[in-house]
Amino acid sequence: MKNLIKLLSILAFVSIASTHSHSAETAKLLKTDWSFKGLFGKFDRGSLQRGYQVYTEVCAACHSMKYLSYRNLGEKGGPEFSEAEVKAIAASFEVTDGPNADGEMFTRPAKLSDKFVMPYENVKAAQAANGGAYPPDMSVLVKARGGGVDYIYSLLQGYEDAPSGMILDEGVHYNKYMYGNKIRMSAPLSDDIVEYGDGTKATVEQMSKDVTTFLMWAAEPHLESRHQMGFKAIIYLIILTILVYFSMKKIWSRVESEV
Amino acid sequence: MSDHEYTPTSKAGKWFNDRLPLLTLANHLTDYPTPKNLNYWWTFGGILTFCLITQIVTGLTLAMHYIAHADMAFESVEHIMRDVNYGWLIRYIHANGASMFFLAVYIHIFRSLFYGSYKSPREIIWIIGIIIYLLMMAAAFMGYVLPWGQMSFWGATVITNLFSAIPLVGEGIVTWLWGGYSVDNPTLTRFFTLHYLIPFLILGLVVLHIWALHVPGNNNPVGIDIKKPSKDTVPFHPYIVIKDGFALLMFMIVFAFFVFYTPNILGHADNYIEANPMVTPAHIVPEWYLLPFYAILRSVPDKLLGVVAMLSAILILAVLPWLDTSKIRSAVFRPLYKQFYWILVADVLILGYMGAMPAEGLYLLIARVATAYYFLHFLVVLPVLGFKEKTLPIPLSITESVLGGSANLATAKHKESFDK
Repeated sequence: MKNLIKLLSILAFVSIASTHSHSAETAKLLKTDWSFKGLFGKFDRGSLQRGYQVYTEVCAACHSMKYLSYRNLGEKGGPEFSEAEVKAIAASFEVTDGPNADGEMFTRPAKLSDKFVMPYENVKAAQAANGGAYPPDMSVLVKARGGGVDYIYSLLQGYEDAPSGMILDEGVHYNKYMYGNKIRMSAPLSDDIVEYGDGTKATVEQMSKDVTTFLMWAAEPHLESRHQMGFKAIIYLIILTILVYFSMKKIWSRVESEV
Repeated sequence: MSDHEYTPTSKAGKWFNDRLPLLTLANHLTDYPTPKNLNYWWTFGGILTFCLITQIVTGLTLAMHYIAHADMAFESVEHIMRDVNYGWLIRYIHANGASMFFLAVYIHIFRSLFYGSYKSPREIIWIIGIIIYLLMMAAAFMGYVLPWGQMSFWGATVITNLFSAIPLVGEGIVTWLWGGYSVDNPTLTRFFTLHYLIPFLILGLVVLHIWALHVPGNNNPVGIDIKKPSKDTVPFHPYIVIKDGFALLMFMIVFAFFVFYTPNILGHADNYIEANPMVTPAHIVPEWYLLPFYAILRSVPDKLLGVVAMLSAILILAVLPWLDTSKIRSAVFRPLYKQFYWILVADVLILGYMGAMPAEGLYLLIARVATAYYFLHFLVVLPVLGFKEKTLPIPLSITESVLGGSANLATAKHKESFDK
C-alpha cells in the first residue's frame, strides 16, 4: 500500500509536469460550470442546439467544420435534433455533386450523409477573404488549443480596447486571452446577434458558453458514452480487484510470507 | 531449462511432448521457483507484458482504419475517432497505453537500479532490457508522428535533424531517412512501416529477456542468492500469478482513468492541428517520457556533442553492471548508495521538468547541473562507492529476513567471508 502511494505520487507529478508544459496564456482564463466535466459529465442538450445556431449563423461564415456530417447533428450524445430537423438543416445547404451521366457537375441540396459545407473552396480562398489569415477549421478546435474550452470561452469575451502605447496594424484586434494579444478576427459576438428560439437571452457570455459547448461536442462526439463506459469499467475493475485481493490473501496464507 | 524432469501423465501428451516439449515448457513456467519475498515493485514485468500486448492488439485494429498518407493521415485519425465503432476507445487506449507503458518501464528500470538486479549473473537480462527500452523509444517516437499533427511533423523534423550533426555524412543520412529533402509523405510511410515492425522485435526480445531471467531466476529485495527450489521460493503459479494479477488490476484502474476521463492530458494540444510545413509551433516538445533526454540534448551548446550526450545517457546504462563495483546487490544493505539512488531519481525528474520548459535562463542552468550530475552518478559515484561504502550485514536467507528476525550478525559475517 505504501508502494501504491509512492506510485500515485509519481503519477501525479508526471501529470502536473505535463499540464504545466502547455500553458502559455497571457491572462487568467475565465471559468464557467461546464456540464460535460466530471465523472458523469453530459452535454446540455439545449446549449448544444443553441451553440449550433451560433456556429451556423456567425462562425460558419468563415470557419469550416470539415470532419462533421449533417447526420451527426441528430445522433445520440449530440444536439439530438429530430430527424426532420436535421434533414431540413441539411437541405438548406447546396453541395456540388457529380459528374452525372452527361459528365456534368451539378448542385443539389445537402443530405444527411454530406459533410458540413465549407465557407471557402480552399485555404487560399479563405486567406484571400480574411486579410491573409486562415480561419482555422473548428472540428477539433477545442482540443487544439492549450486551455481547451476555457480558452475558447474566454477568447470570445476577451475583446477590449488595446492598452495605450500598443500599436495595432490594420485589421488586427486586441484580445487579452490571445497568445501575443493580437488577433485577426474581429469580435464575432455582440448581444442579440442571434435570436434564440427557446427564449434564452442571447448575451455574449451566454452565446460564448453555448458555442463552446457545441465545439466541445464537435471535437469529442462520443464524450457522453466515454464517460458512461468509463464509470462502468472502473467500477467493474474495482470490484474485480477486491475479489482478487482476497483470493491472493487466501492463497498466500499457505506460505510464511506477506503480500 | 527446467531443473527437474517432467513427464506428461497422458499417453497422447507424452507422444506430443517427446516431439515438441511444449508441455515441459508450460510446466517449467508454472512451477518456476520464485523468491517468496518479491514486493510489488516486481509486478511491473507482468504489467509491461500486458502493456505490450495491449499496444499490439489496439495497434493492429487502428492500422485497419488508418491511412499512412500525408494528405489523409490526419483525416483518417478523425474518421477513427468519429465513425469507426469504438474507434475513439481503441485510439485512446493506444495513445495513453504508450504513456502507461513508459510509466511501467521506468518503474521497472528504477526497481532494478534500487535492488541491483543488473548485477552478475543478470547482465544479459539487463542489456536486453536496455535494447527493448531503446526500441520502445523509437516505436513511440514514430507512433507520435503518424497522426500527422503539428507536433508530429515538427517533432519528426527536430529528431531526424539530429543526425545532421554527424560530421561529413550527416546531411546525406538525413536526406536518406526522410526519403527526400524534407519530412514528407515518404517519411510518413516508412515511419508507419517501422512503427508496425518494432513491436514484434520487442516481443522477440521480451522472450529472450524472460528466457535469460529464467536461467539464474529472479533477484529479490534482499538481493542474496537463494537455493531453488527451497523454502525461500514459491511456485510461479498460483502465487506470483495472482499477485501480478492483483497489481495489474490496480494499474488498469489508473490506466482506465486516463483513457475515459482525461484522454488528452498527456498529449500536446498542437497535435490536433494538421501538420503544416509553413508554420512552426511556438514550443516543440516531445512526449513526457522523452523529456529527460531532451533536456540533456539541449543543455549542451554544441549540436553534435548534445546528440552524443543524449545517446550516452541511455547507452551508459548498458555498461552499468561494470560501472557499479559493489558486490552487494540490494540498496537495503547499502546506506550510502540508497541516498545516491534517491538523488538520481530526483535528478531525472528535474531533467524531465526542464525538458518541458524553454531552454533559457535559470531553466537551462538547472538542466546543465542536472545533466552533469546524471553522468557523475554513473561514472564517479557508482565506481567509487563500491570500494568506499560500509555495507550492512546481509541475512543468510530470505526466510530469515521475511520472518523479521534480526539478521544473525555472526553467521552473516561468517557467510560473507565464506563467499569470498
